[in-house]
Amino acid sequence: MRRPAHLAAFLLIVGCATGSDPAARGPALGTDIDEADLAVWNIDVRPDGVGLPPGSGSAAEGEPLYAQRCAHCHGIDGTDGPAGPLAGEDVTVGTFWPYATTLFDYLRRAMPYEAPGSLTDDELYALTAHVLHLNGIVGRTARLDRTTLPAVVMPNRQGFRSDWKPR
Amino acid sequence: MDPCPRPAWPTLLTQRPRLKPSDAVGYHAAMRDLTAVAGGGLLHRRAFLGGALAIPGGLVLGSAALAGPLVDPVWSHRPGALPRGYGMPSPAEGHVARIPFTPFPGIAPGAAASFSPLSRLRGRITPNGLHFERHHSGVPAIDPGKHVLAIHGRVKRPLSFRVEDLLRYPTVTRQLFLECAGNSLLQAAPEPSEKPCAVIHGLVSCSEWTGVPLSVLLDEVGPTEEAHWAIAEGADAARMNRSVPMEKLFDDALIALYQNGERLRPEQGYPLRLLLPGWEGNTSVKWLRRLELAPGPVHSREETARYSDRLADGKALQFTFEMGVKSVITHPSAGLDLSGSGLYELSGICWSGAGRVRRVEVSADGGASWADAELEAPVLSRCLARFRIPWHWQGGPALLLSRATDETGATQPSRDVWLERYAPAQIYHCNAIQAWQVEPSGRVRAAFT
Ligand code: HEC
Repeated sequence: MRRPAHLAAFLLIVGCATGSDPAARGPALGTDIDEADLAVWNIDVRPDGVGLPPGSGSAAEGEPLYAQRCAHCHGIDGTDGPAGPLAGEDVTVGTFWPYATTLFDYLRRAMPYEAPGSLTDDELYALTAHVLHLNGIVGRTARLDRTTLPAVVMPNRQGFRSDWKPR
Repeated sequence: MDPCPRPAWPTLLTQRPRLKPSDAVGYHAAMRDLTAVAGGGLLHRRAFLGGALAIPGGLVLGSAALAGPLVDPVWSHRPGALPRGYGMPSPAEGHVARIPFTPFPGIAPGAAASFSPLSRLRGRITPNGLHFERHHSGVPAIDPGKHVLAIHGRVKRPLSFRVEDLLRYPTVTRQLFLECAGNSLLQAAPEPSEKPCAVIHGLVSCSEWTGVPLSVLLDEVGPTEEAHWAIAEGADAARMNRSVPMEKLFDDALIALYQNGERLRPEQGYPLRLLLPGWEGNTSVKWLRRLELAPGPVHSREETARYSDRLADGKALQFTFEMGVKSVITHPSAGLDLSGSGLYELSGICWSGAGRVRRVEVSADGGASWADAELEAPVLSRCLARFRIPWHWQGGPALLLSRATDETGATQPSRDVWLERYAPAQIYHCNAIQAWQVEPSGRVRAAFT
């Protein structure tokens, strides 16, 4: 556990004052919860693919879905909708996003705007594939699933630097 | 249409009390304190304060007018309104309101913001109904009886906390600013904005937050050796998620339950939010429902595509959490004009994500000369503070600037210096010095120096 030094000192003092019970600083009212019971909320997807569900989809399958569920806000090519571009030269998925997994994570939690959470896992893979295809990153028939999606290399993968350093 | 009608300068500062003969002695004594401390009419702070040396009757510059005989108004002759459950501002203050900003009207009205009316507020605390808002999918209507906070992932014991459980924990209370990383983005635009101060800088607010130190809950779940970051997620329809390093969560993070003494407003995350002192607002995830401890960040959309800063060298910086040192003159400012030459109190707000503001300098001549403003005590860490300085406006054009320095020695950059660092159209973390151009008519507008 990487704790800041001053915090370790603080915990040491508190620990001395209250004994070694880790919950001594509070009434310890948390209720045990299983990861299985958390599954419906646990929707984040990491760059290494952790969090991706079973299922698969291709851009070809995503295209009609996109026309129906997304195009009225993002434009049929992802370049000219009222909600801002998903493809094209601007700062978009294709030119800027470092990880393809982020697209799945975001679509699953937040899109389509009016009804987030309404897409099946297969549909999410297909729409992820279609948005990547609009950006020329995957072919029309390439199948994305929990193994192939994290393997997609985004053009701007090396474009980021972390500014975080503990004080 | 200008979203914010231009108010007259508050009458208190524009009244010209009568200069009676007996005032003359005091007036001459006071003149010693009307010493200029920098160009453009900036005066020693004791022009307003300082006991015996203060100007009798307040202001002596300008012409005098008779107040006329007083009348007894109707409200002094009739019993007034009854006590009520929840008080509201005077109807005469109904115009003091947030200014909504809806970038996707029609299709996605909830992906929106509203600006705090900075130039209509004094002191440091933002009233709860005027705290700025930024939502990615509207304000959820959460039943507090059904909301829980789950802390899980790389922990020894995953736990969920009901709101009623959290209300029983020991709390801490801190006055803290909260600022959106996109605040002041109009300063990064190619031309100075025609908008009022609130629209340029109003994505900052300050509250007294009360909550449970997150470190207490973390001790209860017991993070494992592999827990270096936590992914915080809200219960709104965007289920907004951000990764936060564990160091911050152990250091001073709060699970905030109260804002200025009352429970959080829905638009501020009711029933509970994460609150990370000094860090960009987006990381203080509202309606917090889940903290997943993990080996690394999730690289969510809000920490890659958004809230990352594209640099001049072509790379983009992720995880620039701390908000830079900043100040802005709110009185006067764009949208709050001057009504005639004379003595004014220039005042504004300053803050730093790194700690306390140590100094604010003000210039009334476009940066040719600077004077130290007075900082109103107490100046708290990661909290708004108010600065002020008396100013004798002679009625000509004036260019007002303010420049803050914090306790780490960091100073607010000029706009040119700030722009040099970033790619064109990079909008986040703009803490460049704001210039207000005062025109001879008294109109104030944003300017670039
Ligand atoms: C009702 C309009 C609407 C619909 C329908 C919609 N979106 Fe969106 N989308 C938005 C808005 C608005 C945003 C920006 C939200 C924000 O910034 O908080 C957005 C953001 C996005 C982004 C992030 C873009 C970026 O560069 O950060 C992606 C990707 C996206 N939408 C994909 C989709 C897909 C795929 C669908 C269809 C399943 C879809 N959207 C349907 C309105 C919509």
